[in-house]
Amino acid sequence: MSDFDFTDEQIHRYSRHIILPQVGGKGQKKLLESKVLILGAGGLGSPAAYYLAAAGIGTMGIVDFDEVDISNLQRQILHNTADIGRPKVESAKKTIVSLNPDVKVECYREKITSENIRRIIEGYDIILDGSDNFPTRYLVNDACIISNKINVHGSIFRFEGQVTVFKPKEGPCYRCLYPEPPPAGMVPSCQEAGVLGVLPGIIGTLQAIEALKLILDIGKPLVGSLLLYDSLKTEFRQLKLRQDTECPVCSENPTITELIDYEEFCGVRI
Amino acid sequence: MPINVRIPSPLMKLTNNQGEVSAEGKNIGEVLSDLERQYPGIRERLYDENGSLRRFINIYKNEEDIRFLDGESTPTKDGDEISIIPAIAGGSIKNVRF
Repeated sequence: MSDFDFTDEQIHRYSRHIILPQVGGKGQKKLLESKVLILGAGGLGSPAAYYLAAAGIGTMGIVDFDEVDISNLQRQILHNTADIGRPKVESAKKTIVSLNPDVKVECYREKITSENIRRIIEGYDIILDGSDNFPTRYLVNDACIISNKINVHGSIFRFEGQVTVFKPKEGPCYRCLYPEPPPAGMVPSCQEAGVLGVLPGIIGTLQAIEALKLILDIGKPLVGSLLLYDSLKTEFRQLKLRQDTECPVCSENPTITELIDYEEFCGVRI
Repeated sequence: MPINVRIPSPLMKLTNNQGEVSAEGKNIGEVLSDLERQYPGIRERLYDENGSLRRFINIYKNEEDIRFLDGESTPTKDGDEISIIPAIAGGSIKNVRF
């Protein structure tokens, strides 16, 4: 173990990893040296960041512009009641560091736009997308393709979730799956949806597992495969995702070469 | 020749809250037409004004996206399962209603 420069405390803290042959001291060192960016300290980002912190991810970036609202606490487990009104990045950092002081947390209290996304993702190995709207999803996808970053994607709707990994050059991207976002006019009301509070816990932790597998280079990550979870049926399914040779962003001859800020769907329009 | 069709939550209002329904047809296009006959209103949620499938909705036959098969002409047979898979973005409230 001494080869890896662990402290005694770290050897104890990560002992259940270190004794796994697929992880070992070498794998734990990889985790401690890895850099993961969490987009959104919300329903998906909370469990993902919390478990990744426990696992000993060395550097974690957290991007979120919002403040903690009481309605978040039904599912966003990084925050607690005393945090209401605080910036989510601050409350997230406090929770993560109190779980594991080994984790260096970088906070980005910014709205992601075409102007700042490349700067924000630049220093990270893996981008874990837990954002909550289509404009950000497409922006993250396109920026990850352009900057050659792995995007661990998770999304939820009421009782259902989707997880996949978009790995540039090796598999499809979000636009291979859905070439364009739904038009803003297709959204007459944004208040109709809800989400079962535990659901993002399942989907976010699946994203965290995929991130660990990618860092450790073990198993088969969800590249080219869309995992669907239906909580009401208690059912997991996997569908095949294929690279679209005419994909506007990741094909040989992309038609999208600059980042696009799509309109926000909620709030402004009826 | 019944085909099992999986309905995603955003469309379940149109199918009396059923997540799986049965439809008939020799290919995907026919199955989707039969779905509209049984559950009026579903077609306009799946197709745009030009009659093309919306680009934020994918149709799968078993595990394969029909865009990588023969699209709506993809043949269907007894026991096949069709899934309608919309893009979802959530979060809790900022989801699209298609």
